[in-house]
Amino acid sequence: MPVKVIIPTPLRPYAGKQESVELEATTVGEALTGLTTRFGELKKHLFADDGRLRSFVNVYVNDEDIRYLQKDQTSVREGDIISIVPSIAGGSRI
Amino acid sequence: MVTKPNISAAPPATNPAATLTKEEIQRYSRHLIMPEVGMDGQLKLKQAKVLCIGTGGLGAPLGLYLAAAGVGRIGLVDFDTVDATNLQRQILFSTTDVGRPKIAAAADRLRGLNPDIQIDTYETRLTSDNALDLFKDYDIIVDGTDNFPTRYLVNDACILLGKQNVYGSIFRFEGQITVFGAPGGPCYRCLYPEPPPPGLVPSCAEGGVLGVLPGIVGSIQAAETLKLIIGKAESLVGRLLLFDALAMRFRELKLRKNPECPVCGTHPTVTKLIDYVQFCGIRGEEAPAPQTNIPEITPRDLKTRLDRGDDLFILDVREPHEFQICNLGGHLIPLGDLSRRVNELDSSREIVAHCRSGKRSAEAIEFLRGAGFRKIWNLKGGILAWSDEVDPSIPKY
Repeated sequence: MPVKVIIPTPLRPYAGKQESVELEATTVGEALTGLTTRFGELKKHLFADDGRLRSFVNVYVNDEDIRYLQKDQTSVREGDIISIVPSIAGGSRI
Repeated sequence: MVTKPNISAAPPATNPAATLTKEEIQRYSRHLIMPEVGMDGQLKLKQAKVLCIGTGGLGAPLGLYLAAAGVGRIGLVDFDTVDATNLQRQILFSTTDVGRPKIAAAADRLRGLNPDIQIDTYETRLTSDNALDLFKDYDIIVDGTDNFPTRYLVNDACILLGKQNVYGSIFRFEGQITVFGAPGGPCYRCLYPEPPPPGLVPSCAEGGVLGVLPGIVGSIQAAETLKLIIGKAESLVGRLLLFDALAMRFRELKLRKNPECPVCGTHPTVTKLIDYVQFCGIRGEEAPAPQTNIPEITPRDLKTRLDRGDDLFILDVREPHEFQICNLGGHLIPLGDLSRRVNELDSSREIVAHCRSGKRSAEAIEFLRGAGFRKIWNLKGGILAWSDEVDPSIPKY
């Protein structure tokens, strides 16, 4: 099923500078695997060496954090929006 | 029986913070006539104590709006001085403030805006040693810093003291805003248990920021702060607001308290402030991670070698828009394209790689050495150092 993955600004350079990517997937895990297959460089930014999602990157299906759903097994339906939201720290230098 | 109409506006003031003067009533008139603020809300603002961490891009609109709104006591923490690159977004400062301590320039500006409020200045770096002491006298802490160690420090100190933390963060043209540390609400570590390793996320100085973005995000932080004080509105507790200035789109995500959270969970393991620089894996403040095995060449040595006609290939690993600002006539391959375009390089020639400050080119060299390149050097300090040490006509950005 086609789902949209929104790529955050800091990761766009590793995703062909795109704001969002449409993918065929039935779970969040499938969508992220599809994404990192298409954009190899994204992989190290999303996943740690052990294959788990990095702890400063959160993934949401619509407005729900997948950590509180079924994690990467969370199913997605046509039209769902997956958001990747990494931590950013910008502000004033102190 | 005739009763005298009660015409006194307020009970006799024993505590000046418990009432408003005639001048204050005029100044805050547009608040007072709103039922959502009114006299009650304005008095709460007058009695409120808010500490702003950072007086930069986020702290500027924040400080201005809090002062304008009549927040009775505003603390400012910063140790930086105003420089020319700040003026593109840090609207607290004037061109004449360049070189002044930010805290002094900010305090002057806020006192000029509202002489009736108290401005406390703390010209210091926020550390694990002083955070609890600084925070304890304030009701609300507003985080406008630009680095992960301070973000985690502010969060943990707020949780330990039971203070709310109005959080705002920006990157290029994207912002994140929420309120952490509310009773029963999530904290920063619930959202992000750990910081990214150094080098994986570019800083604002590397990534740039749209000047008006911190204005919008800092203003939202100000709005949330005022709402928390007045206490009558729905705050961002439990919601992460995302703002994309390029698409001009706001989105909202649910933010949950993590029962396993090491700071605010049911069995906290962090019960005092820790070493946040170490926690974030950074050894030197702002400095690039020490690259021990990266061979370097100083700008002066490079100049000498070029002048004597040595065959050196200059590789510029910055982005094309940076190349347009200034360049050393090198061959441009942005760091992100290097793996794909490595065939453009001749490993038999001596290569000097550079970027703006030397950090990205060090990464490039690490990659190229892995790909078999041996005669390769990093220009120490990048094009910035070249401008300082060799050619001052090269602009610094």
